[in-house]
Amino acid sequence: MASMEKDSVSGQYTTGHEWDGIRELNTPLPKWWVYVFWATVIWSIAYWVAMPAWPTINDYSRGVLGYASRNELESDIKAQKQARSKFEAKIAAISVDDVVKDKDLRNFAMTGGKVLFNDNCAPCHGTGGVGAPGAYPNLADDEWIWGGELADLKQTISFGVRNTNENSRQSEMPKFGADGLLTAEQINQVADYVVALSSKGSTAGLPGEAIFAEQCVVCHQDGGVGSKDVGSPALNNNIWLFKGSKEQVKQVVINQVTNPQHGSMPAWSERLDETSIKMLTVYVHSLGGGK
Amino acid sequence: MSIFKHHAKLETNVFFLAVGILLSVIVGGLVEVVPLFTIESTIEKVDGVRPYSPLEQKGRDIYVREGCYLCHSQMVRPFKDEVERYGHYSLAAESKYDHPFQWGSKRTGPDLARVGGKYTNDWHVRHLINPRDVVPESVMPGYPHLKRELDYSTIDADMKALRVVGVPYTDEQIANAKKDLVEQATSDDASAAVAGRYPKARMGSADANPKVTELDAMVAYLQVLGTMVDFTTVKPEKIAR
Repeated sequence: MASMEKDSVSGQYTTGHEWDGIRELNTPLPKWWVYVFWATVIWSIAYWVAMPAWPTINDYSRGVLGYASRNELESDIKAQKQARSKFEAKIAAISVDDVVKDKDLRNFAMTGGKVLFNDNCAPCHGTGGVGAPGAYPNLADDEWIWGGELADLKQTISFGVRNTNENSRQSEMPKFGADGLLTAEQINQVADYVVALSSKGSTAGLPGEAIFAEQCVVCHQDGGVGSKDVGSPALNNNIWLFKGSKEQVKQVVINQVTNPQHGSMPAWSERLDETSIKMLTVYVHSLGGGK
Repeated sequence: MSIFKHHAKLETNVFFLAVGILLSVIVGGLVEVVPLFTIESTIEKVDGVRPYSPLEQKGRDIYVREGCYLCHSQMVRPFKDEVERYGHYSLAAESKYDHPFQWGSKRTGPDLARVGGKYTNDWHVRHLINPRDVVPESVMPGYPHLKRELDYSTIDADMKALRVVGVPYTDEQIANAKKDLVEQATSDDASAAVAGRYPKARMGSADANPKVTELDAMVAYLQVLGTMVDFTTVKPEKIAR
């Protein structure tokens, strides 16, 4: 084993290794480095004591500070609720109609409702509630399938349409064509009548009128004004959910009478709290078409 | 200087050096291995988490095959803003039957841990075929090829393999795998046998095709994500970590 000895020039120890008379100095580490090293060792031991660190047989060491990220979240949420409670407590306590009447509460509900809408509703109904042609209703116009009053909107948002929630809005149009309730000829005639009705054209003498009166008015009402109670859309205007262009109207009516498509919407009370739904209601009502 | 002088003894003696190396490896190994033995206490004890139904499991396979995890995480972290946006933070228990888990590490798209029930089947189908049909600003690619028929010929073998790694599929579930898969994808009957074996399974065809398609499987999987645990019955102190 090579011997370690002091170098006479620098006064440092050598490693004892020698190559052709050249010896390697064993210069100690800088003092500051050594201090930082020992500081990190002490820090890590203190951290083990203070924070959750070691697994035990059935548990883990909790640390004297008792930190847990989920507990921290609880207190964060509590603080946030506290900060918002000035408005949210009031919104929770009163009806949506009264929220709209109070200027401050309405502003708060509009801002919160917009955020909620963009997170939850915009994927179907589009940013600003413009809807998706051929798929999801426009919420920024004056036409409502299930009603555009605040109470109607709140009901629809809370329980949705044609889903598994027991309070969901339910209705189904019969398959007049697929189930053989009407012949293809009759469907063609009734489609002509509906097209005339929707474009405010003359319906006099159309053979579809009698069929419409017999089969369709139960839900779509006299003159095709529709019914918000059963979610039957108005047919006396040019607003169509399942169509792309003007030329397609008759074909869409034929398809719908033959084998109807039905939209569906989730029940948001299963995901959002009552206050959030009230705020959403206020926002949707404001989009343009609220009654 | 003194302590480094002694250190030289350790480094220059092959026996002491070997003992020192062995000790270091033992400590390093224990730190990695011991937490795995405490996994029972790590997973929260909550009700409702069940293995995926055969159709959901096939949907999950497609999710992995298409690399959805590259842009979507499945992990709501315990932060205020995430909980506000997505819902309750994810529990370890909720991915205990995932092999491998799909927590992900990057969000180009939103987190999907609680996407179940958020949108309708119809929306998912439109969105998977061409995301821009429903979300104009989306950068997600379209997956129109999912309209093809689902190949589920190996589903019972898949479930057996999953059972080996710890998913508690029963013999009954494996024996009925193909029947359950077809039933879930075609029947709207909430009292069907498959709904009894897999509570909260989303019944019915997602697309207009009466055959079992990859879209049906994918949507069934997406619709069950994050819906198994009823958080109204979970006490916060039971899952505090």
